[in-house]
Amino acid sequence: MTGYETVIGLEVHVQLQTRTKIFCGCSTQFGALPNENTCPVCQGHPGVLPVLNRMVAEYAVRLGVALECSIRGENVFARKQYFYPDLPKGYQISQFDTPICEHGTLTVSVEDETKRGKGGELASYEKTVGITRIHMEEDAGKNIHVQGQQYSLVDYNRAGVPLLEVVSEPDLRSSAEAVAYLKQLRSVVMALGICDGNMQEGSFRCDANVSVRKVGAEKLGTRVELKNINSFRFVQQGIEHEARRQIELLESGGTVVQETRGYDGEKGESKSQRGKEEAHDYRYFPDPDLLPLMVDEAWIARVKSSVPELPRARAERFVSALGLSPYDARVLNEDQDVARYFEDAVKSHTNNAKSVANWVINEVMRETKEHGVMGFVVTPQALGTMVGMIDGGRISGKIAKELFALMISEKRADPEALVKERGWEVVRDDAALEKAVDEVLAKHASEVEKLRAGKTQVMGFLVGQTIKALGGKVDPKLVNQMIQKKVEK
Amino acid sequence: MTDIPLHFRSIGEVSTMLAEGKTSSAELTELCLARIQVHANLGAFLAVDAEGARVQAKAADERRKAGKSLGALDGIPIAHKDMLCTQGIPTTAGSRILEGYVPPYDATVVKRWKDSGTVLLGKLNQDEFGMGSSTENSAYGVTRNPWDVKRTPGGSSGGTSAAIAAGLCFGATGTDTGGSIRQPAALTGTVGFKPTYGRVSRFGCIAYASSLDQVGPVARTVQDAGLLLQALAGFDPKDSTSIDRAVPDYSAALKRDVRGMKVGIPREFMEMPGLDPEVAAAVEGAVKALEKLGASVVKVSLPHTRFAGASYYVIAPAEASSNLARYDGLRFGPRREPPKASLRDVYELTRGELFGAEVKRRILLGTYVLSAGYYDAYYGRAQKVRTLIARDFEDAFKSVDVIACPTTPTAAFKLGEKTQDPVQMYLSDVFTLSCNLAGLPGLSVPCGFTTSKLPIGLQLLGRPFGEEALLQAAHAYEQSTDWHHQHPELP
Repeated sequence: MTGYETVIGLEVHVQLQTRTKIFCGCSTQFGALPNENTCPVCQGHPGVLPVLNRMVAEYAVRLGVALECSIRGENVFARKQYFYPDLPKGYQISQFDTPICEHGTLTVSVEDETKRGKGGELASYEKTVGITRIHMEEDAGKNIHVQGQQYSLVDYNRAGVPLLEVVSEPDLRSSAEAVAYLKQLRSVVMALGICDGNMQEGSFRCDANVSVRKVGAEKLGTRVELKNINSFRFVQQGIEHEARRQIELLESGGTVVQETRGYDGEKGESKSQRGKEEAHDYRYFPDPDLLPLMVDEAWIARVKSSVPELPRARAERFVSALGLSPYDARVLNEDQDVARYFEDAVKSHTNNAKSVANWVINEVMRETKEHGVMGFVVTPQALGTMVGMIDGGRISGKIAKELFALMISEKRADPEALVKERGWEVVRDDAALEKAVDEVLAKHASEVEKLRAGKTQVMGFLVGQTIKALGGKVDPKLVNQMIQKKVEK
Repeated sequence: MTDIPLHFRSIGEVSTMLAEGKTSSAELTELCLARIQVHANLGAFLAVDAEGARVQAKAADERRKAGKSLGALDGIPIAHKDMLCTQGIPTTAGSRILEGYVPPYDATVVKRWKDSGTVLLGKLNQDEFGMGSSTENSAYGVTRNPWDVKRTPGGSSGGTSAAIAAGLCFGATGTDTGGSIRQPAALTGTVGFKPTYGRVSRFGCIAYASSLDQVGPVARTVQDAGLLLQALAGFDPKDSTSIDRAVPDYSAALKRDVRGMKVGIPREFMEMPGLDPEVAAAVEGAVKALEKLGASVVKVSLPHTRFAGASYYVIAPAEASSNLARYDGLRFGPRREPPKASLRDVYELTRGELFGAEVKRRILLGTYVLSAGYYDAYYGRAQKVRTLIARDFEDAFKSVDVIACPTTPTAAFKLGEKTQDPVQMYLSDVFTLSCNLAGLPGLSVPCGFTTSKLPIGLQLLGRPFGEEALLQAAHAYEQSTDWHHQHPELP
């Protein structure tokens, strides 16, 4: 297997979160009843005509600006023609030789599996990936094959939902780089507010062009288009599987044929879907129903001035201004909702971003894995307040974990009130603490002797006993100080 | 005038009668419905909505009585070419593949005429998807010319021209991709008006060749054509190729005479081989009449128009091959699906059996010219020729206001005469194609008869959005003749 290099280019379909479809007024809402969000236009009835939803172009320009592309002034829509039941008109309105954006770049941090940083986290390196083109197009419907039936059903709700196809240069050299690129691109489109990034619902999907070549070879190998890799895990596994398949083929004296293969993530295998000779002639030609879309300098300038801070810049700021590790900053920025949550929490408690980051990465992200951080019951303010209480010594770390769980189970984002109700506030009354310490020391005289003799190991035991006596509501540091004072006397 | 039967009167005339209470929309509607039945042998109508028409006529009469008339078209019985989608009324585009299809929406032009108060009688026969010049390519039987039932009323809007000439309705729409309004008008002695590309909405007009298709009216007088266009024209946000430009008052144009107007005669057209001398003489006579009315006549040259046919028969089939891809029987229309048929079988059987020969010919042609490796040689080059043709007209219109020429090389030909020879059929559109390629307005107005009493048409072409000049010239000429007062002898 060594001696080969994998070359990968990705084609990503980004479903735009416009309110209506690209060429008609139908809703783009996911999860409607079959064919509920359709009209004569998106069903391709006789006589209908498309009218461009200008938000689609706005979003395309936004992504183009974010990826530092050159943006085309005159954009022609073309018809891509093939027959399939999910394609109502017998052609897809897309762009052919005049994509709206070209020649961009996306810089990503790739985790290097062979190296680890000081904290044990993976080390990383920077990689700049070329963006060949971004073009606008409409999505197709969905064929539903009914198990055990002779027929299929078609749902046209998705037909006409706007997409941007983002095509990368074949700059990626490993599945890790491919995944890093996808994660970064996903966080960018989410930060721009143009896509919800939901991979399960197909809002962000990807095909990979994979080839292998001997290290040092200049000529690219024959590429295979890999489809159906719609999760980061499948992208990684699918690419690795495909690279292995190609290398084994070459090593055993075979040749790679240009084809389209579908990856089955469950079985961990791929099957040929279409050979080169079966490739479609799409007979592209300019759609005579649509005028060219003109994008002028003023439009581009307006978008440039309104593009929000991008994940990468934000991650850099988390490192430079908030003192996070690059790893933490990157993790927080994979989902911009999480990054925003983190920042809002830090605003409620500014002097310990590192601690807030730990809480977000370890607790909040785990709790919100399924439904996202938006609308999470523990608001950023509540989390910030809670971390503030820990840092101020008002509650112990152990209590904080209980408090966090309680906020979720009680659906109450009010740490102050909950702590008060439960009497969880740390004992700050020196008299009460002194009393408890005195009792513990009296009860464990032999340990006290050992401590005096310099056996500091018993300190932990005595502190523990005191905390236990006070029901956990005490700062161990204070207990430690008090015991030390007493023993030294 | 009093000896002209009601059914042959112009909209201008019956509109006045309606206003004066001398007739009613109900009376006009019943008259038309009866005539449609009596003249069913003409094959002009594909669908008749008698019940709907009566309801609309009654409503129009009530509006008028209440003093709330919607204008000159309120209560006028009309019909639409079957290319236009009519909500609730079957729309087939003359094709088997749309048999039984009832559109869920109205075309914009259908809605606009409805909003003007017109009474919709039904749908008119046509060549399948507008592909033809004789209405013999309809899947639902030929349409006959009211002047001679052994002859064609032209095509593709032959149902339209026959219905107007036979007095089955007072106004009707046609669609014109390469002459399909003007050629049938010429062959039936009616006025056919193809507006500038973008002047009238194409939304709901079943597409043949999107960059060439345009909807327009056919009527018995120039004034009627202006009235009908007035109600059709205007920007439609549902059609991205319709143009947002104010619609002038077309009736005002009729009041202007032609003194000082410059009329161009294209040398290439008058020297075209195959131009019938009788037609040439009638057109020359019309040009002389315009000169007599005060217009000056100038020779112009349109050198690239001789490539119009070659360009058209690449561009139109290319677009058609794409536009007709949606007819697969999966969402609407009949489907051919024998037991155990694969998806491919369904496509092949449905499209193979339900499209007519001419449609399949053009789909094949169009598919070929758009194929990888052929695009530049055919489609790309045809578009370049198209640009050159448009430039020829631009140059010509620097020195003239309108261009006058024959609409067709011959008068109506016999049914069956050209069906075996597609190229001969294509040649009947030789004078009309350039206008579509250049996106210009064009109008055909009667300019005489052959010795065997077949109508001849004069074609007037104008600058983009020069509809007023065409109406002005055509009206002035028409008023100096009595061609429009001559009607076929029908029972």
